[in-house]
Order: sequence, then structure tokens, then C-alpha cells
Amino acid sequence: MLLARVLGNVVATRKDAGLAGVKLLVVQPLRPDGSATGKPLVAVDSVGAGAGERVFYVRGREAAFPFLPAEVPTDAAIVGIVDQVSD
Amino acid sequence: MLVARVVGRVVATQKNEKLQGAKLLLVQPLELDGRDRGTPVLAVDGVDAGPGDRVLLVQDGKAAQQVLGRGIAAVDAAVVGVVDSVELEA
Repeated sequence: MLLARVLGNVVATRKDAGLAGVKLLVVQPLRPDGSATGKPLVAVDSVGAGAGERVFYVRGREAAFPFLPAEVPTDAAIVGIVDQVSD
Repeated sequence: MLVARVVGRVVATQKNEKLQGAKLLLVQPLELDGRDRGTPVLAVDGVDAGPGDRVLLVQDGKAAQQVLGRGIAAVDAAVVGVVDSVELEA
């Protein structure tokens, strides 16, 4: 899982049935110090995250697990909103 | 998932049987500012997208198999949405 910042959202009216009702957010991966690392990507939201929030997300097949038994065709999912990272 | 642009359609008469009748698109991943991002990839089309459409590209085998709807299949990417807009917080 990786830390990220939510930059915004993606609107797609026409989409796979498995994505119906699922929020699509643009996230920028972050280093622990908050600086950006790598390129932004689109992740589905499973925790009610919104723009500006620091979150963590999971990649790969496991990204569909928060929605089981529904089968959501995704490769990235936000699974937590970060309150704090401490030493 | 990545935002991408459909840049072509791939026709292959001879292909794995699980891919018979499947629509294959050539899609170019994009940066948020619209520039090209890496190399175009082939993806199964799940939303009847066409050339020029800005789409959502998922790059995961299971997700692509789900879109294809034929059980286990040799696919690793799929187009799962047509992007209306990307709204970024300033």
C-alpha cells in the first residue's frame, strides 16, 4: 500500500456495470514526508475520501476486495484516510 | 487505473480462442495534462469505446477477465469507462 493525496475526481457516465456507483478519484502517490513521488493515477474509493485528503491505496487484484461480493474491475483502490503518520 | 486515449482498433484473425469476437483497442495512456504517458497498450473494450475517446484503462488480469466475461483468459488490460471529465482541485 502507498500513501497518496487525492487531487480530484473522474466523471464517467458510460462505464462497466461493475463500476456503477463507485467513486473514481485521482491520486498522487506521496513519500512519507509528503512530497510527490511517481505519477498520478485513478483509484476507486472505498472509504469516502475526497479531494485534498491524504489517503493510502492498494494496487492489483486486491483493490477489488473492499467491494466483495460485488466484482469491481479495478487495479487500484483507496482503503484508508490517513489521520497521522508518526515516528 | 489510468486515463488514456483510444488511438486504434486491433484486428487479429488468428488469436487465442478466448479472444474470438472480443473487441481489442489500442490505447495510449495519458498524463493529467493530456500528454502521452508511456507506450500504447492493447486492451479489451468493455464500454464500446471508439477512436479519439478518452477512457479509463485498468491494467489487471482479473479485472480484464471480468470485463471479457469468459472466465479465465489471457488478457491483462481493459477499457472500463469513457471519461466525461477530470475535475482537479486547484
